[in-house]
Amino acid sequence: MKVRRHPIIQMVVIGAIASAIGIALALWINWFPADAAKQDHPIDTLYDVLMIVSIPIFVLVLTVVLYSVWAFRMRPGQELEDGPPIHGNTRLEVFWTAIPAILLVSLCSYAYAVLNDIETKHPDELVVKVQAVQFAWTFSYPQSGGRTVTSTQLYLPKDKPVRFDIQTKDVLHDFWVPAFRVKIDAVPGITTRLRATPTKLGTFPVVCAELCGLGHSVMRSTAHVLTPAAFDRWLADQQAPAQNAAGGGAARQLSQDQLIALGRDAFAGDGGCGACHTLADAGTTGTTGPDLDRALRGQSEDEIRTDIVDPNARIAPGYSANIMPPTFEQTLSRQQLDGLVAYLATVSK
Amino acid sequence: MTAKLRAPGWYRAGLFTVLGIAFAYLLVGVVRSAMHFPNAWDDGDAVTIVSLIAAPLFFLVGIGCFDYWFYWVSGRPTRPEDHSSHGATSWKDYFRVNTDHKVIGIQYVCTSFFFLFVGGLLAMLMRAELAQPGMQFVNSQQFNGLFSVHAALLIFLFVIPVFAGLANFVIPLMIGAPDMAFPRLNALSFWMLPLAGLLMVGSFFAPGGSFATGWTAYAPLSTEAPIGQMFFTIAVQFAGASSIATALNFLVTIITMRAPGMSFFRMPLLVWANFSTSLLVVIATPFIAASQFFVLLDRALGFQFFDAFVGAGKDGSVLMYQHVFWFYSHPAVYIMMLPGFGIISEVLSVKARKPIFGYRMMAFSLIAIVVLGFTVWAHHMFVSGMQSWIRIPMMITTAIIAVPTGIKIFSWLATLWRGVLHLDTPMLFALGFLTTFTCGGISGVMLAMIPFDIHVSDTYFIVAHIHYVLFGGSLFTIFAGVYYWFPKMTGRMYDERLGKLHFWATFVFFNVTFAPMHVIGVQGMPRRVADYAQEFAGMNLAISIASFLLGLSMLVFLYNMVVSWRLGPRASANPWRALTLEWQVSSPPPIFNFDAVPTVVGGPYEYGIPGAVHGIFQSPAEAKPTPAGSVATSPTTE
Repeated sequence: MKVRRHPIIQMVVIGAIASAIGIALALWINWFPADAAKQDHPIDTLYDVLMIVSIPIFVLVLTVVLYSVWAFRMRPGQELEDGPPIHGNTRLEVFWTAIPAILLVSLCSYAYAVLNDIETKHPDELVVKVQAVQFAWTFSYPQSGGRTVTSTQLYLPKDKPVRFDIQTKDVLHDFWVPAFRVKIDAVPGITTRLRATPTKLGTFPVVCAELCGLGHSVMRSTAHVLTPAAFDRWLADQQAPAQNAAGGGAARQLSQDQLIALGRDAFAGDGGCGACHTLADAGTTGTTGPDLDRALRGQSEDEIRTDIVDPNARIAPGYSANIMPPTFEQTLSRQQLDGLVAYLATVSK
Repeated sequence: MTAKLRAPGWYRAGLFTVLGIAFAYLLVGVVRSAMHFPNAWDDGDAVTIVSLIAAPLFFLVGIGCFDYWFYWVSGRPTRPEDHSSHGATSWKDYFRVNTDHKVIGIQYVCTSFFFLFVGGLLAMLMRAELAQPGMQFVNSQQFNGLFSVHAALLIFLFVIPVFAGLANFVIPLMIGAPDMAFPRLNALSFWMLPLAGLLMVGSFFAPGGSFATGWTAYAPLSTEAPIGQMFFTIAVQFAGASSIATALNFLVTIITMRAPGMSFFRMPLLVWANFSTSLLVVIATPFIAASQFFVLLDRALGFQFFDAFVGAGKDGSVLMYQHVFWFYSHPAVYIMMLPGFGIISEVLSVKARKPIFGYRMMAFSLIAIVVLGFTVWAHHMFVSGMQSWIRIPMMITTAIIAVPTGIKIFSWLATLWRGVLHLDTPMLFALGFLTTFTCGGISGVMLAMIPFDIHVSDTYFIVAHIHYVLFGGSLFTIFAGVYYWFPKMTGRMYDERLGKLHFWATFVFFNVTFAPMHVIGVQGMPRRVADYAQEFAGMNLAISIASFLLGLSMLVFLYNMVVSWRLGPRASANPWRALTLEWQVSSPPPIFNFDAVPTVVGGPYEYGIPGAVHGIFQSPAEAKPTPAGSVATSPTTE
């Protein structure tokens, strides 16, 4: 048994096998969320490369530790023995200084190339203005003629490079779409920029990644990636109701029942109320704001409307000001707001 | 009673604390009246903030930290050095202002471990809430408070001071000194610490709840937070002042008080490690003090350092807070790791019965980490919106700092090679450290790569990384050190079987708790959230269960320490057959450490050389010197 007498060869063999298993496992695990933007592929590949480089280093340390424990542990009778007085080995020390340094500089160069790749500017970018406030997102799309389409959910056309211009009205937030792999802080006083090119149809979560206060964990929205045609239709739809309202408004008068149904949807859905408020009828369980099953009892429609559009006007006992966004008059459509008031007045009776 | 109230001690401390609060009330009232403010005498917010500063200072005067200096300053005859405040004869002496570095070391270690258990309990409350999506036990304010206080306590009241405590006990003994250079300053440093801890824990009782903006306290969230935030801001000043004073003390002690013959390259690596750490502390800590003073002034007096919405000029700069904060808080990561490197070098060399491999490179790599440590801070800010070019040099320096760290890891592995490994508890923790810290180091290099960091910044991947470095790294070295020096500190032996049980339970549940966090982080779970998407539910439940078992394993440690300290078998002077000086005196050491001044005649780790000694207690003429590194043997020679 020649191998037995060469512990180094033995360890290299064991280490190589363990590294191969580790790398195979790391590449097999589905680490990342949905792959939905052009930025994803370079970042995911960088991660794979990092894994392929890291695992053998970890396995090396682990193998030497385990081998030493197995081969060099104190055996009965060795209680008073010492090891050989080896003080160092210059060649070995130069080797394990130089090799990691070369490896790390190469990785940095590769990462730099990936960074340039994912942050490339495109001449025909779609600009989306992202406005963060405690604890909601507003997305606006500048249109020709100085008008702006505003939405609480993010709509994007597929395969079109997008530039997000991000601002905040209060504290730090962080705009992150995990499926696009990119994020950046919303910083008071400055506009930060982020680029992504969606490549996959579907809906993906939008997350606030920077601690922004009590409602941080519910500061979520949804990104909808549509076909370019559907995106244009959506933009047109968003502009249409405003024109209707201006031109008489009676065209789409809703019945009281329709209003209440609309309000209920807004409460539990894209209005975002349910994230912070508990309301049994809508099936929501948020605890950041007052429990509306109790707080709303006996409130008139006018009082409820004021509470939504100007939340700091009166604060429920035990809660502090500036927690609820003061922007719902802008982010909700007029019908949604009327619906919410009608709905909340009904359920609190 | 009057005599008790006049003599330094707990009665006078209590009285002075009340006086401090009264002083704060009067000061605020008088100033507000002079400024013609309405309600000059009943602004609870202002009185609380001034009290938070005044009451601890008055307490320190009351307990007696300043007595000797006040005598001297006021020109009264200073008492001749009677050493009445030196050494401990009963447990009560540990609750007084004591100038003996060994007593102070034990005070430090016990206080920090108290806060480890408090911080650990907070972590388990957090994991209970996170076991399921949705909100079950706490509300958002309480949850944000839990993770903020958990991190602040474990960083400022556990990892940093426990290393200072171990070093306080060991370093004067290791370098052959009778005490630290400034024993009274040493006592003052210690007593600031429990006050800082009490302020942080006390914030839970503040109106509006505890500070809840993370241990990072990013402005402007922190400058607009309820009064609890000020408990953190001011506690950090006390903890920071304590750190700086101790670091100065270590620097002067190490530079000026080494025994004859102990050149810098004959110092044990623990001394080197604390020398490097102290350099970091002295240079960097003023920056966090500054960042928190800015927050204090912004919140209390409306200075608008960080208010970017002032008028049209937008005077404040939010990013400046992060730069100043991380200029301390990144070196702080090395403040929390380098002393641990020192402990591992001591334990591995003694327990492998071999000289440390590449002693000089080990020392130089510590200094390299100190220098490089100041050039990497903005890697915490890759997604902060700062100037984008800053990211590139910071990525390169961050990656390069892995080179000196790698040198240390590889040298430790080479130290194991062909040794005679004594696999007892300190050694198990040292070996466990080698594997878990390598893992944390590798994820650190991955995080240096900007494109990957952009995705995982502020996710559970960061939580996993920091716990692999601070728990799998620092805490494992702390356990190794506590077990290793337990016989010297207490004069008794700990229970080896319980120690091994503690290691295996901690090692297994540590990995089961924190390894899955890498996965959910990359998958997209942000950190610092009380509620999360349904898809992460399974992993989080597993993590929570493992974390409770990890918490239970700490009880084994607590039981072992308490019972062994009272009832353990007496320890001999040198149970590990170590060469360094602290093992050449009795366990526990005599009150002034050395009955005869030792002379150092060789390196600290000359295991395997027959008859080699590090220090001798006779006159130097009688000793036969064996210089460090004089016997070089190639490791490949069979």
